[in-house]
Amino acid sequence: MTEEPQSYSAAGEVGQVRLRRSYGERVWIALKKAPISAWFGMIVIAIYAFVAIFGPFLAPYGEAEVFAKADEPWTMFGGNPAHFFGTDQIGRDVLTRLIYGARNTIGIALVTTLLSFLIGGTLGLVAAINRSWLDQFLSRGVDVLMSIPSLIFALMLLSIFGSSIPSLVMIIAVLDSTRVFRLTRSVAANVVVMDYVEAARLRGEGIGWVMRKEILPNIMPPLVAEFGLRFSFVFLTIASLSFLGLGIQPPTADWGSMVRDGSRFIQFVAYDWTLALPSLLPAGAVALLTVAVNFVVDWFLHKTSGLRDDH
Amino acid sequence: MHPVLYTVLQRLGLGLLTLFIVSIIIFSSIALLPGDFGQQVLGQAALPETVEAFRRELGLDKPAWLRYIDWIAAVLQGDLGTSFSGRASSGADASRSVWELVAPRLSNTLFLAGFTALIAVPLSLFLGITAALKRNSIYDRSVNAVTLTTISFPEFFLAYLLIVVLAGIFPTLSNVTPDMSLGDRILKIALPALTMTLVIVAHMMRMTRAALINLLASPYIEMAQLKGASRAKVIIKHALPNAWAPIATVIAFNLAYLVVGVVVVEVVFVYPGIGQLMVDSVSSRDIPVAQACALIFAATYILLNLMADVIGIVTNPRLLHPR
Amino acid sequence: MTTDTDNRGAKGDILLEMKDVEIDGFSDERWHKIVKGVDLTLRRGEVMGLIGESGAGKSTLGKAAMGYAQPGCMIKSGTIMFDGIDLMALSETEKRKLWGSRIAYVAQSAAASFNPAHRLIDQTVEATIDHGINGETEAKTDAVELYGSLQLPDPENIGTRYPHQVSGGQLQRIMTAMAMSPRPDLIIFDEPTTALDVTTQVEVLVAMRDIVEKFNTAAIYITHDLAVVAQMADFIKVLRYGDEVEEGETRQMLSEPKEDYTKTLWSVRALHKDESPSEDIALSIKNVDAAYGNTVKVLHDVSINIPRGRTVSVVGESGSGKSTTARVITGLLPPMKGSIEFNGQPLPAALKDRNKDQLRRIQMIYQMADTAMNPKQTVAEIIGRPLEFYHDLRGRKRDGRVAQLLEMIELDDSFMDRLPGELSGGQKQRICIARALAADPEVIICDEVTSALDQIVQEGILKLLLRLQKELNITYLFITHDIAVVTAISDEIVVMFQGQVVEQGLKSQILSPPFPDYTQLLLSSVPEMDPDWLDKLVDERS
Repeated sequence: MTEEPQSYSAAGEVGQVRLRRSYGERVWIALKKAPISAWFGMIVIAIYAFVAIFGPFLAPYGEAEVFAKADEPWTMFGGNPAHFFGTDQIGRDVLTRLIYGARNTIGIALVTTLLSFLIGGTLGLVAAINRSWLDQFLSRGVDVLMSIPSLIFALMLLSIFGSSIPSLVMIIAVLDSTRVFRLTRSVAANVVVMDYVEAARLRGEGIGWVMRKEILPNIMPPLVAEFGLRFSFVFLTIASLSFLGLGIQPPTADWGSMVRDGSRFIQFVAYDWTLALPSLLPAGAVALLTVAVNFVVDWFLHKTSGLRDDH
Repeated sequence: MHPVLYTVLQRLGLGLLTLFIVSIIIFSSIALLPGDFGQQVLGQAALPETVEAFRRELGLDKPAWLRYIDWIAAVLQGDLGTSFSGRASSGADASRSVWELVAPRLSNTLFLAGFTALIAVPLSLFLGITAALKRNSIYDRSVNAVTLTTISFPEFFLAYLLIVVLAGIFPTLSNVTPDMSLGDRILKIALPALTMTLVIVAHMMRMTRAALINLLASPYIEMAQLKGASRAKVIIKHALPNAWAPIATVIAFNLAYLVVGVVVVEVVFVYPGIGQLMVDSVSSRDIPVAQACALIFAATYILLNLMADVIGIVTNPRLLHPR
Repeated sequence: MTTDTDNRGAKGDILLEMKDVEIDGFSDERWHKIVKGVDLTLRRGEVMGLIGESGAGKSTLGKAAMGYAQPGCMIKSGTIMFDGIDLMALSETEKRKLWGSRIAYVAQSAAASFNPAHRLIDQTVEATIDHGINGETEAKTDAVELYGSLQLPDPENIGTRYPHQVSGGQLQRIMTAMAMSPRPDLIIFDEPTTALDVTTQVEVLVAMRDIVEKFNTAAIYITHDLAVVAQMADFIKVLRYGDEVEEGETRQMLSEPKEDYTKTLWSVRALHKDESPSEDIALSIKNVDAAYGNTVKVLHDVSINIPRGRTVSVVGESGSGKSTTARVITGLLPPMKGSIEFNGQPLPAALKDRNKDQLRRIQMIYQMADTAMNPKQTVAEIIGRPLEFYHDLRGRKRDGRVAQLLEMIELDDSFMDRLPGELSGGQKQRICIARALAADPEVIICDEVTSALDQIVQEGILKLLLRLQKELNITYLFITHDIAVVTAISDEIVVMFQGQVVEQGLKSQILSPPFPDYTQLLLSSVPEMDPDWLDKLVDERS
């Protein structure tokens, strides 16, 4: 050494370094900068969750309680104040059915999505790490399953197994897990090639440790976003199947079947638009939740993808 | 062999293989039927001999692989089998051939889907491309917000919204008949076509925008700008030749989506299409009809995606001009 | 002044004058200054070298000389006068008239900067025709001549090819032809040879320098490599963290830099270790053949001996098989043929057959410290894991040892709860070293550990490695393409080329004549800090 650089010390070295911020601080900064759409989404989701959890305490009547007068119109247009949204074709209170519908439709969709992540996520991770015949087998199988449109596939399977809630959940979870598999596999494959994963393998770590500690924490953000998207997709599929009469069956209250029940007035909507309400209310309830979820996911993806779309 | 030809043939082969496997899956659905199925179709009063005859007609006494060969050979010749409906416990058979049921409805569905595609594809390409070019402008942001909202809507919600707004102008029931004039038909399908257009445009516009933005971030686009090329020239000469593959993928994906979306929309508007038929056959567990519909949907879906892949291959400069 | 291309000023007139230019960039949720008020004056026919480490703002400043701010950046203040035209006052359309006609740009990654859909010659002459500088036939004839003077093979026909059909070094020269085609007043070279191997770099450098001289074009040459800039530039401006450090005539800057920082840019070449031979072999690989997927054979009969407590450097260009050799030693790529011996005992070929103790004794440090550490783990977890895993240290004992290790790498225990994202490049690499040390290894494989780092940081890391070797008698296998690093720290050198060992021996033997052909080519291609180096080399080779 001829020259000793006077100012140099490793600890004092600076550069293009991220500011030191705690996790809480980062979340807070993100929330403060969240657009109105994301806030709207989060508030709507919170309200839905509240209604779904506390439904039985909020609903004025029982889920399948039948009242004397069927097809009563909405209160605002001169109906019975005891039934704010009126009653349906066999005299059940529409508001009550809507509240219970939240619990049933959201609950079933959530269970299905969780199941689909359990299947697709696990297999995707395994395929990404394994990269051999197992990966080939799973990936080609998923390609074939995905080459049939999932709604059509679901319809066909339902024609065989019949429409019960367990078969509905299983069928949709399995079909939807193909998409989870693909995403998990591709994001995990990007992490598997990282040097830190190789370093862990060279250290002699087992596959479980590598999966849990090295890979999973690093693929969480896209998986969380995907969970939102998959949930809203599953939710829509179940609502659509129920609407087609092939999903959740009566007397269980659910939004899709309520839309279907209301549809018998469709020809008369031209003369009195309020006749569309029995369909529009549950359909709107479905739409509002999916919009809310999509708004939040859109913002979350924007935050975590590092895609600097803003400038 | 030229790499383009080789890759295309490879892809076609893969497509055929997929179709083959899909046909097996669809076929196996009949093998999975519960044992008392004959009873269900024919009614509880059916005689054991009638049920046995029915089982024999379905070929349930033969091994599965033989039945598959019979079935696929028949399908390839256009014979989709016979519907379950119309059979009585007495053994009387008033059932119709599946093809007879499917054919008119298939043409109805193709008419609706084709009409929608005709409007939706150019519209969404236009919106997607202009939004990508005017990125982050008020125009882009508003198109984005609107489409993000519409892709989250279930088809039936959009349909009812449109009904409420437009019920006075367009018919809310799309019960077309074969003897209608083209003008009447178009009037009848206005609302379902509009519903599907809204959904497809939203998806397609977003995907086009994303694909184009991705492309515009390439270093060679920046290079073209730094060579002083005008905006129009950058787009037409430098972005477009590389954009065919992603755009074809987007179009195929959305046409395939259209094929599926048609099911719900047909039911809402009581449109006599193949989606409606499939739903009915599933509720009445008319397996041959359901199978035929599923096969048609799946084949369309596979073919569309295959087409996108082929377009991607034949426009890829690396394959077109091998080393 | 006028924008008429025919009426160019004389050599020595001021062409570009930037005053107090400030540029802001947006990242990590905030705006910060990338360039903090830099002045720059360039005269016609002059070549300015813009040098600095990553984050110095040199590339941003270079693009700003065209009036261009890349996405995510904005030119906040200052004036940019190009030949009397105020670029800051021009509209996008007006600036486009200058870009590709009077100012041209040569990008770092030629492979990504050519449009895959068009023939090379069409891209070469595109701007020239668009701006109406020349007709198509004339422009293409001229392009072929340019290809010829840039020493491209088959200049008549190479233009009819597509970008993916020619090599990286050729593409970079074609891009230079593209920049030169409209005969601009100014060319911005943005790290044009950084992505190339040294032997290719020489050819490209010669071609670029000659053509700039031939047409008397002014140029800004951006790079982080002083030896390269010494060949290209008439004078050099040194930047650091967006500020100017100093500026001066090339020879003067090289012989007597004024600022301490500038001096540190030289320092790694001053680092030197005296070689000491040893016959005590810690690790040896014998007659190894290796292939990826049983098809592409990448190692042919490779044998290397690594003496205990010494440093063996494996040098070679990309594709020489040096990294594959490391993969074979670690067990990630079991060889098709041949064996590995560790302390005289055969080492199982595959990773899964090695026991914990064998794994512990050989550790690895990677080129990109960024990807070598899990971004979700803190420093204490990263260094602590090998302690837990190999030595069963937990809780306070573990943390105590982590603190000790941090001290050994000249950091302190305040770093324990930091995440990798909160560390600088050099600190990250130090943490990786500490992680390797935590295992108490005998051999450490260093795969290009300094090549992603800035000069001054490199020097710190190399010094640390040498000190640790002395204190702990660690054996290093150093994989690198950087001859300067090799001279600094090796005892022995292995030269590899196309999967074969060209020669192995003590540093003094390898680095002195007689040389085998390839070693000669490789060594002579490494730029030296002498402005006449390139001229001499051209003379020697021709």
